[in-house]
Amino acid sequence: MWAFIHKVGSPKWFYGISGRLLPWCWTLAVALILIGSVWGLAFAPADYQQGDSFRIIYVHVPAAFLAQSIFVSMAAAALVFMVWKIKVADMAAAVMAPLGAVMTFVALFTGSVWGMPTWGTWWIWDARLTSMLILLFLYLGVIALRGAFASRDSGSRAASVLAMVGVINIPVIKYSVDWWYTLHQPASFSITSRPSMPVEMWWPLLLMVLGFYAFFMAMTLMRTRSEILRREAGKHWVRELAAGGA
Amino acid sequence: MSARLQARNLSCERDGRMLFRDLDLVIGPGELVRVEGPNGSGKTTLLKILSGQFDDYQGELRWGDAPLSRVREAFLSNLVYLGHASGIKAALTALENLAWYQALAGETGSEAARLNALHAVGLAGFEDLPVAQLSAGQQRRVALARLELTPRPLWVLDEPFTAIDKPGVAALEQRLHGHVAAGGSVLLTTHHDLAVQGSVKRIQLGEGGEHVIL
Amino acid sequence: MSSSNRCPSSAVERVEPRDGLGVAMVAIFKRDLIIAARRRSDILNPLAFFALVITLFPLGISPQQALLATIAPGLLWVAALLATLLSLDALFRADFEDGSLEQLLLAPQPLSALVLGKVAVHWLMTGLPLALMAPLLGLLLALPAESYLVLSLSLALGSVSLSLIGAIGAALTVGLSRGGVLLSLLVLPLNIPVLIFGTGAVQAAIIGDPVGPHLAILGALCCGALMLAPFAIAASLRISING
Repeated sequence: MWAFIHKVGSPKWFYGISGRLLPWCWTLAVALILIGSVWGLAFAPADYQQGDSFRIIYVHVPAAFLAQSIFVSMAAAALVFMVWKIKVADMAAAVMAPLGAVMTFVALFTGSVWGMPTWGTWWIWDARLTSMLILLFLYLGVIALRGAFASRDSGSRAASVLAMVGVINIPVIKYSVDWWYTLHQPASFSITSRPSMPVEMWWPLLLMVLGFYAFFMAMTLMRTRSEILRREAGKHWVRELAAGGA
Repeated sequence: MSARLQARNLSCERDGRMLFRDLDLVIGPGELVRVEGPNGSGKTTLLKILSGQFDDYQGELRWGDAPLSRVREAFLSNLVYLGHASGIKAALTALENLAWYQALAGETGSEAARLNALHAVGLAGFEDLPVAQLSAGQQRRVALARLELTPRPLWVLDEPFTAIDKPGVAALEQRLHGHVAAGGSVLLTTHHDLAVQGSVKRIQLGEGGEHVIL
Repeated sequence: MSSSNRCPSSAVERVEPRDGLGVAMVAIFKRDLIIAARRRSDILNPLAFFALVITLFPLGISPQQALLATIAPGLLWVAALLATLLSLDALFRADFEDGSLEQLLLAPQPLSALVLGKVAVHWLMTGLPLALMAPLLGLLLALPAESYLVLSLSLALGSVSLSLIGAIGAALTVGLSRGGVLLSLLVLPLNIPVLIFGTGAVQAAIIGDPVGPHLAILGALCCGALMLAPFAIAASLRISING
């Protein structure tokens, strides 16, 4: 069992297997996002209240979901790194942070764009947007902390501790902010419960969410591979790879 | 249970640099081990690993017969570590500093013992001054007074001769010899030319993780 | 100077004392109190900062009583939060620089218990004085008098969490040369729940709503922090020491 875990954690093994998974992830991502966006932007019915402007939900909701999920994934990778000392987990966590920050920014941006025709203002302090903004700061904190250490290993461990502390805080922050302000329309999309949206709107949204997840997986695998090459540059197998490929 | 620190197949890589690889080492009663090497070769890291402060290494550490991680409290109760910084609080007096170190180990100790320890390192008359008013060498001596005050089998000292004057150096060398002769162990790094009687085991750390044990 | 045979001939292991932890925690508590008492600026600076920040707001916004009274709870809490932040950077820094932090990690006691002593002194020297001083500044901001007690209570209770969570950030950044700025980025988002419920309590007191639920949640956050933060602080200190 330990041998298996350490095999999975070996950078070389991970590089190999991720290379085989990557094309599938990309295909899935592109397909789902393409179908989802065409369906949602062109074919799904317009909202009776908000008209066509609500269609930004097809980008905003997946981005918001991802923003939160990526933080949890990052914290999980951090935990694996700290407990089992698997360096690949830390490399994955390192690449997930900027990805998550970008997703959060996309969620904020699309939320703001959605808000203009809906509320008449570019920004409003409702529960969801405020939580997203705080999440963005948490991401920036993790990224900044990792980079602030002279020793890369110390930066990795510090960022891991912060990610784990952050992930415990996220539900607390979320519920505090929810209590604080309940203007934003209640979340009408969840994988398990019955949707309060008509099915024709719900399906493209689901496809977009899954597509975004596939995109996240593809990006993470790809960037972790680069990180592996970067960190293990002195190792024999990397040099062979470079010599063989070039 | 014997007071023996054992390292097996110890390797440490920091930031992509291999500091040492497959190091085997035993520090037992009556032994003095000296770690040598150029600046940045990992001497302090090795000392921190062996004293249980740093846990990012491959290999095995044992104290007595048990893995170090399992008997950590017992190990730390038998260890005195003096690092680069003196560990002395400038806002407290020398006596207060020593009292605090004893309390950290869970003992209340006695004022008389603390006074004796300070006298032994040549700080008689300076016990009640805030340490900030002492010279750097005197502050170092307050740290060294801990060796007198709390008898422990294993001493791990990182550059203990820093800022000590010539008579102080001679006294410390004699102190180290005395400790080893009485069955204690010493692990240290120093740039100073150590003149201690008896055999000294030397570990030389070199480039690319290579090391030599003499 | 020293005899060459000081060490007892049987330099064998000793069994650690059973009550060691209590002695150690009391010692840390007393030591930090003594050091804080000898450096009084550490206590006064956050208080002065608190007062100064509160003074800036009427100057920057408007001296109208009605307006100030509306925003007073939030202003007082935010200013207290920032003042606590100021004092957090110094929590471990002095110990880090003179090497006593390294020695703390080598004590045969659980580090998480020892740091609790340090954070307790920090709360006594920062959070509690801020909580006691707040009603005075509330007076300056035309805060209704019936909320003074709740203001102090909420600040006293909330600042325990602020000290604990802030100590995690302080422990992570103690080894960094300009850690102070990063410390704010790390700590402020994590303290938002305390801010929300703290101001909520004061606002409830002003309009006559029951204050109990808000204080209860503050208490729950405080308990959660007390249970979890010490481990995070200890882990962070170990990382910073080996930096």
